[in-house]
Amino acid sequence: MAGLVEAIIDIFSSESTYINGALFAAFLAFAASGELVAERAGTLNISVEGMLLGGAFTSAIGYHITDSMLLALFTGVAGGLIVAGVQAEMSHRLSADQFVVGLTLNILVFGLAGFLDNEIQPETKLAGKWEIPLLSDIPIVGQALFGQRWPFYFLYVLLPLTWWALFRTRWGLELRSVGENPQSADVSGIDVNKRRRQSIYYAGFTSGMGGWFLIFGQVGLFEDSVVGGRGFIAIAAVIFGGWTLRGTVAGCVIFAGALSFRLSVQGLGYQVNSELLQSLPFIVTLVGMAVFAHRVRAPAALAQPFIRGLK
Amino acid sequence: MTAPRTTTQGTRLGEWIGLYCLSVLAALVLSALLVEATGGDWRPVVNALLDGSLRKPGRWGETLGTAAPILLVAVGTIVSGKAGLINIGQEGQLLVGAAFGTYFGFLIGGPGPFNLVVIVLFGALGGGLWAGVAALLKFWRDVPEVLSTLLLVTVGGQLVAYGLSQSWLLLAPLGDRGNRNQVSKQLPKDNRLPRLEVFGNEIPLAVFIAILSAIVISLLLARTVWGFRLRMLGRNQRAAQRSGVSRTGYGASALMISGAFAGLAGAVMFAGGGFAFGNYQLVPGFATNIGWTGLLVALVAREKALIAIPVAFVFAGLRTGSSFVGATGVEGRITDVIQGFLVLALLVPPAVMFLRDRGRARAAAGERA
Repeated sequence: MAGLVEAIIDIFSSESTYINGALFAAFLAFAASGELVAERAGTLNISVEGMLLGGAFTSAIGYHITDSMLLALFTGVAGGLIVAGVQAEMSHRLSADQFVVGLTLNILVFGLAGFLDNEIQPETKLAGKWEIPLLSDIPIVGQALFGQRWPFYFLYVLLPLTWWALFRTRWGLELRSVGENPQSADVSGIDVNKRRRQSIYYAGFTSGMGGWFLIFGQVGLFEDSVVGGRGFIAIAAVIFGGWTLRGTVAGCVIFAGALSFRLSVQGLGYQVNSELLQSLPFIVTLVGMAVFAHRVRAPAALAQPFIRGLK
Repeated sequence: MTAPRTTTQGTRLGEWIGLYCLSVLAALVLSALLVEATGGDWRPVVNALLDGSLRKPGRWGETLGTAAPILLVAVGTIVSGKAGLINIGQEGQLLVGAAFGTYFGFLIGGPGPFNLVVIVLFGALGGGLWAGVAALLKFWRDVPEVLSTLLLVTVGGQLVAYGLSQSWLLLAPLGDRGNRNQVSKQLPKDNRLPRLEVFGNEIPLAVFIAILSAIVISLLLARTVWGFRLRMLGRNQRAAQRSGVSRTGYGASALMISGAFAGLAGAVMFAGGGFAFGNYQLVPGFATNIGWTGLLVALVAREKALIAIPVAFVFAGLRTGSSFVGATGVEGRITDVIQGFLVLALLVPPAVMFLRDRGRARAAAGERA
């Protein structure tokens, strides 16, 4: 028992735990911030997994062709937006079932990225590290928050932007009203499905960026399992966080902790049942949701399609 | 009055057929373009798909055998879908079901047919229990089943991998396997699902089980009080609850039935063997996407169990055909892409028709006013 406590202390005092944790959390937060916007507008956007994978793949291709990470960011965002486009137009213009569309998109993107990856085999590499002076010298968390590769710092722009857009603009207010009471929003002249489509496009934008971050800020190369179900953990983080930005980020940090813990345990040479370790992030996510999901209030019209005249 | 009405009905049918043909064509053309764009040729791919799924000797038996578990998964998904629940964890439920069937099959033993029944029943039980975890989380703790069923796929996979590393659970004794192989014991010859020999093709019994369950579920959903209540719950939860349908009882049981069918599919794959489902042994990657494919079939069939039968055969054909595609120099995963495009394309016509019908109804209402 003493050994276990010692091991946990060892893991939590190791700097690499925090660095990896920040990377995992950042990846989740890219996706979750867009997903938060989509869910506040009332769409449970499960194609976020496909958006992440699509963004990661197109950014890898973009880099392969142009040799520029900044241009790769644009192709990555474009990839996320393409997936978002199919999701948005099919579920909120053609009114096909949003879950069916999302699920199909995830499978299609997985097949497409795997097929094209084998055909093209894009070459990528990690971006350079930027250490922010002074701040990166803070003990324990300094390196994790301010000593990362440069794609990481886009998150520091994206999160305030998301907060501002969602909670401080007219657009955000209309978007949230669409998620709470679409009938009233419709009567007061807001185009409900248009706002929902825009929210999905926003999720595509942030997820595409997240995919780009994953390739150039964390992993360094593309393979079809690179996202590996973490899009769904991002959705769980939004629910866990009670549909607030603060809570969502907290959820990302907690679930990323489980992902990072898994790496550290192996990295520091502790012998733990590997199957348990592999499923730990998913178990933590499930337990986290079981504890918190019923305490928070979801957007009232979450996952309910809006068709004027039908209720 | 009747004449104009029949013409509109006729045009509607024509529109339906036209739209479906157009969408499927678009999906196929898009896939072909993709093959061409990556430097391949689409004609040999089509040939390989047809050879692998139907034309080469013994292949259509193979396709039927592959279709059986896919159809079983789809039938289960239709039950939970009718109740308005989105179960997307069939892949895990299938694997856990197969593991349950394997474990209890060897534990209880007994003569051939009896042992088979044990395997199949415990397979269904295992899948049902795994879906039951998601049901518990949903109806007790409000965790959306879309997420929990999916997250449980990974957990289930690791659980079975753990079982396959422990000889007191599933791992075969050292004499029966390679040194580091993670496999279960092999099912003895007498205890396997029998096959029918027809024109040089082997048709496993599982096909008949699957088709029968599709028909039975379709009847139960359409013709019984249980089916009616389930559909009511799916269509309008509030109305259903007001008229005495328990959301928890019917919802949880629908989710567990859905899992049980996935588990049954896993047990049938284990006891039916062949068809690229391994050698009557359980291995870590046993589910091989059958759960996902079954889910897609249910989506394409738009929650109609009888329509799921032909769709399952088409998707099984894509799967058995894909093993022949590799020889043409085109990556075999093109079939995943074709599948994805097809499913997406098949979603379009109903949505377009719905909007058109609404538009017409509105125009008619406008005329009257």
